[in-house]
Amino acid sequence: MGIEERIPDSIILTTLDKMVNWAHKRSMWPLGFGLACCAIEMMSTFMAHYDLARWGMEVMRPSPRQADLMIVAGRVSVKMAPVVKTLYEQMANPKWVLAMGACASCGGVFNNYAILQGVDRIIPVDIYVPGCPPRPEQLMDGILKLQEKLKTESVKDRREEWGRKTG
Amino acid sequence: MDKRTLTINMGPQHPSTHGVLRVELEVEGETVIRARPVIGYLHTGIEKTMESKLYHKAIPATDRMDYLAPMSNNLGYCLAVEKLMDIEVPEKVKWARVILAELTRINSHLVWVGTHAMDLGAVSMVLYAFREREMVVDVYEACGGQRMMTSYIRIGGLAHDLPADFDRKVRKIIKVLPDKLEDYEKLLTFNEIFINRTRGVAVISAEDAINYSLSGPMLRGSGVKHDLRKDNPYSGYENFDFEIPTGRHGDAYDRYKLRLEEMRQSMRIMQQALDGMPEGPYRAHVPGVVLPPKEDVLHKMEAMIYHFKIITDGFKAPPGAVYQAIESPKGEIGFYISSDGSNKPNRVRVRPPSFVNLASLPALVEGRLLSDVVCAIGSIDIILGEVDR
Amino acid sequence: MKDRIREFLQSRFAEAILREETFRGDHSFHIRPQALMDICEALYQDDELDVRYLADITSVDWIGHEEDKNGRFEVVYNLYSLKHKYRFFLKAFLPGDEPRIQSLTSLFNGANWLEREVWDMMGIVFVGHPDLTKILTADELEGHPLRRDFPLTWEQPQFTWNKDEPPEVIR
Repeated sequence: MGIEERIPDSIILTTLDKMVNWAHKRSMWPLGFGLACCAIEMMSTFMAHYDLARWGMEVMRPSPRQADLMIVAGRVSVKMAPVVKTLYEQMANPKWVLAMGACASCGGVFNNYAILQGVDRIIPVDIYVPGCPPRPEQLMDGILKLQEKLKTESVKDRREEWGRKTG
Repeated sequence: MDKRTLTINMGPQHPSTHGVLRVELEVEGETVIRARPVIGYLHTGIEKTMESKLYHKAIPATDRMDYLAPMSNNLGYCLAVEKLMDIEVPEKVKWARVILAELTRINSHLVWVGTHAMDLGAVSMVLYAFREREMVVDVYEACGGQRMMTSYIRIGGLAHDLPADFDRKVRKIIKVLPDKLEDYEKLLTFNEIFINRTRGVAVISAEDAINYSLSGPMLRGSGVKHDLRKDNPYSGYENFDFEIPTGRHGDAYDRYKLRLEEMRQSMRIMQQALDGMPEGPYRAHVPGVVLPPKEDVLHKMEAMIYHFKIITDGFKAPPGAVYQAIESPKGEIGFYISSDGSNKPNRVRVRPPSFVNLASLPALVEGRLLSDVVCAIGSIDIILGEVDR
Repeated sequence: MKDRIREFLQSRFAEAILREETFRGDHSFHIRPQALMDICEALYQDDELDVRYLADITSVDWIGHEEDKNGRFEVVYNLYSLKHKYRFFLKAFLPGDEPRIQSLTSLFNGANWLEREVWDMMGIVFVGHPDLTKILTADELEGHPLRRDFPLTWEQPQFTWNKDEPPEVIR
């Protein structure tokens, strides 16, 4: 009885949120930011055996201004922390952060003067993937969970966030 | 400072620096006048961490230094501790360690050839190299359960016995890999673009190489025939028959061919080791120092007591200092362990091959074009986890 | 080869060699720090011995142990002869309050970064080094981390019972 019966089959009705989230999820471009050992497993995930291009992510942009997802793969040392923060601030909204591995999530194996105990001390993190290093399947699971998390986001929140200053 | 020069920062985040390396370049036009590498962005304090742990418990920290050749690091540390404690390992352990070390060499050189070619523009090479690497990582997983940080080589032997399908998997690698190396040669060796980008680039002469304390393929590419597996053999390498390839010109092209040839010689060594592998225990029997095998721990009382004591309290090493160097894929990695008589080492020093090789980057690059910097960094084969430790 | 090195050093630098020892096959000489440059130059010039490869420079902190009476810091030079495939060590003890020793950068180019690292991590000053600055540690870190009195500075992990408090740093 509604409007769907009167329109031809080539028109779909949906909400703006669902469409925007679908576009975000299907073509997220990761920033090539491998720091240490987890970077090799991240590279393995992008390669032919465990292919991450199936989810639209094979374009790994080296420049932060063109990337959406920052996968912090590896241990963040105290000398590198300002660089990570600068890169995060250079990325354009909407952006997401995935902390890959134990060292990026919580400091991992190393608990000493030189390693930041988790990258969430300096930037907000959306998904944590444990492991030392995480298997490619674990990283893919983390990315798919991030895509599920995207379904709960809304254009209204983003508009308020863009109005706020980052920092 | 001359006003015509421009200072460019090849920053810590860069697709071609293989990690977090920063190079400050002063260029005039396209010519590099001065290059100064800045490191320390991955400094982890691994040496201090190892000094605060017992000898057995420091093994996982060694994996995380050169993360493309983890078995190699484990082997160096365990050989150093075995030298300090004067432990003699069984024959089977020596031969198994040789096979694992050569598999590590193949692993590291495959990733090297993939990323080096990708930096120079041949992007598809990295896909082929990582596909072959999956075979090697499959063997690692069968042995120790972990793809990369295996910690499989322990003090006095191996962590567990070799798996049942080890022989079959390694023989499959030996059968399949030479054809793949032929494919890589067809893509790169006579490719005009690759030759133009690597011939005569990043040249270092033999005297300079010795003076800069280079080691590994950097030194052998310049013509110096020095390989620790032949000159100061360790872990049974004197029983095997293999050759040491050397280059002539000392440029990036020679080093590329040298590393491919090293992979072939590695397969030769592995073939000989598999054919003649002796039977025997997978760990030495030194009660109080080497952990007893798990089957004994679950069934015998003395083994359980020794296991408990070694894990909680460690063993006391005699006072003195030892140095053991092995030939890792990147060069000479050495472990200098200085003990003061207690159960923790007083000083563990890792002599990092990539750190010393990277110090020669200004000599390779000054006076050349800007794009040669990328080729030089790739040709030195650095790994930042080892440079910064 | 062992006897040739010993004979070479004893004949020319007998007063600078304090002790010679062999432990588990590693041959080392304890020397006076002032004689380091002369010994290394003499070894470099000799074509027969061919000791022209400096493999490593490292340092050990002996505070709190009985070796402290020789000097708190021990600097170890790892020399290798490519012709004879022989490795030996030169070790020098330095006092704890002002550890200074001659730099080898004029002889070996490879000593440049190795000495910078020893300075950064242990605090030993190499006289004559062209650029003795920090190389590995962060710029804001003060002190020399590998010294035994520099704490490891580890943080107590947060469990459910202390997750609402700021993390506690244990020195």
